[in-house]
Amino acid sequence: MITSAMKSIGMIAEFNDPNELLVAARVLRDAGYRKFDCHSPFAIHGMDKAMGLKRSPLGWIVGTFAFSGAAGGLLLQWWTSAVDYPLVISGKPLFSYQAFVPIAFGVAVLLGAISAVFGMLALARLPMFHHSVFNSDRFAKVTDDGFFISVDATDPEFHSEQTKELLESAGGQNVELLEE
Amino acid sequence: MRIDNDTYKFTDTGNFGKFSLIAGIIGIILCVVGYFSNSEQFFFSYLTAYIYWITIVLGALFFVMLQHLVNPVWSVVVRRLVEALMFVIPLMAILFIPILFGMHDLYQWSHPDIVQADKLLSGKAGYLNVMFFAIRAVFYFVVWFALAYSLRKLSVKQDGHFDEARQARMRKISAGGMILFAFTITFAGFDWIMSLDAHWYSTIFGVYVFSGGLMAAIAFITVMFLFMSKRNVLKEQVTVEHYHDLGKLIFAFMVFWAYIAFSQYLLIWYANIPEETIWYQHRWVGSWKPWTLLLVIGHFVAPFFIMITRVAKRNLSMLKFMAFWMLFMHFVDDYFLVMPTLHHDGIALTWIDLGAMLAVGGLLLWFFWRIFTSSASVPISDPKLSASIHFDNF
Repeated sequence: MITSAMKSIGMIAEFNDPNELLVAARVLRDAGYRKFDCHSPFAIHGMDKAMGLKRSPLGWIVGTFAFSGAAGGLLLQWWTSAVDYPLVISGKPLFSYQAFVPIAFGVAVLLGAISAVFGMLALARLPMFHHSVFNSDRFAKVTDDGFFISVDATDPEFHSEQTKELLESAGGQNVELLEE
Repeated sequence: MRIDNDTYKFTDTGNFGKFSLIAGIIGIILCVVGYFSNSEQFFFSYLTAYIYWITIVLGALFFVMLQHLVNPVWSVVVRRLVEALMFVIPLMAILFIPILFGMHDLYQWSHPDIVQADKLLSGKAGYLNVMFFAIRAVFYFVVWFALAYSLRKLSVKQDGHFDEARQARMRKISAGGMILFAFTITFAGFDWIMSLDAHWYSTIFGVYVFSGGLMAAIAFITVMFLFMSKRNVLKEQVTVEHYHDLGKLIFAFMVFWAYIAFSQYLLIWYANIPEETIWYQHRWVGSWKPWTLLLVIGHFVAPFFIMITRVAKRNLSMLKFMAFWMLFMHFVDDYFLVMPTLHHDGIALTWIDLGAMLAVGGLLLWFFWRIFTSSASVPISDPKLSASIHFDNF
């Protein structure tokens, strides 16, 4: 039972299959909701569009790190082998950019890969030790055969009764209010 | 140019074939005149043009085998056109004949007196001799034709009555074909291009030829679909999502080409052995130097920064420009590989180059168009076709 003393922090609804989830995501998107999330055991094609998500900025993060990695790799080799400790190797110029390309390329790939992993984690706000969706007992099904939508209470459109009605009209079952 | 929306068959094949044939005939006339005015120049021009087009055809063969092996959804709708492109192999076999006749002009090692006086060449005579060269060429064409013929025949047979067993057979052929393809294109690259300078050698050369050819093949496929889409053929079926994927592949193999080209250069630059560096020296004198720099910048640096963006792959007029640009760069690459053997002092583009490109290209496009329009323009009974048409990029 909902007691007024407890603050609601969101709402969760269960759906039968990925298709229903997609349809419901579109309904929420069109109703103006922004702070909601879809949960399923596997990735669903077209979900980004259905939820109205913007393109991830991850590409820009990876690109920036990769290019600065290449530049940094070149700089390091120039400084170590042409400035700090000049060494002539097989009669070639001190700054032999040809020989520096593999290292610069390697550092670019390294920084690109690292920034892709950690950028992805940061954008997904992971690691996260607790989330209110785990307050629902039914939510454990999401790792097996459950499809859920959770709506955050901080969404300006959120209203415990209207949101419930909307979720139910979109095919949601077992709508639960999440509490702290 | 019109297409039936139910059967996907051409009801009107348009003028493309006719114009290609006219271009081919003009090219042949120019080639004949060129042969009588300067036979050596003609054979080198012809070899450049031949390499340009055969690498595209072989890229198409690779593309089809790759699609059968990795089983993607998006490419089903584009596959039939690529199958027609790879089916041009028998015509390419016929067009190879002038190269056999021009061997004495093209390849130093085909002169027994030169070989005898040269220690390196006489050491290689067991492999580089006229007879074995011809036998190998026949072998390559037999392999390529067997692959292209069986894969296209099985694919066309699927139209109307799809059979899972046939699909499995195509996958099996592709698996073995991939290995045969790797060996044949490597040795064809050695035979036809690398042996122009028979003292020089590079083990990565076959991969280099392959990477440029595959990149150009995908650029060619992109151009063909854009060309048909403008005439309302397959416009709703091949969408911006497919162009986006084609653009990604152009980008990927353009970068792969650069990786291979640089790998070849780096080792030769590092070791600095005269018999190896001479090849790059030939491409770094006179007006060859700007040509080589054009290749580095135009085939890699500039397209890298342009095509890494999403807009370059999804904005179709931009993609069209880039696809044409990469096709031009493929010519720059072939010219860079072949011509310095003839013109040591600098580039010397002539009308014979144009004639040879028109002759081989025109005949190829005419033949390709005939094949392509002779059956449904997409694999109509493929169970993945509908998913392919409605496919979405993330």
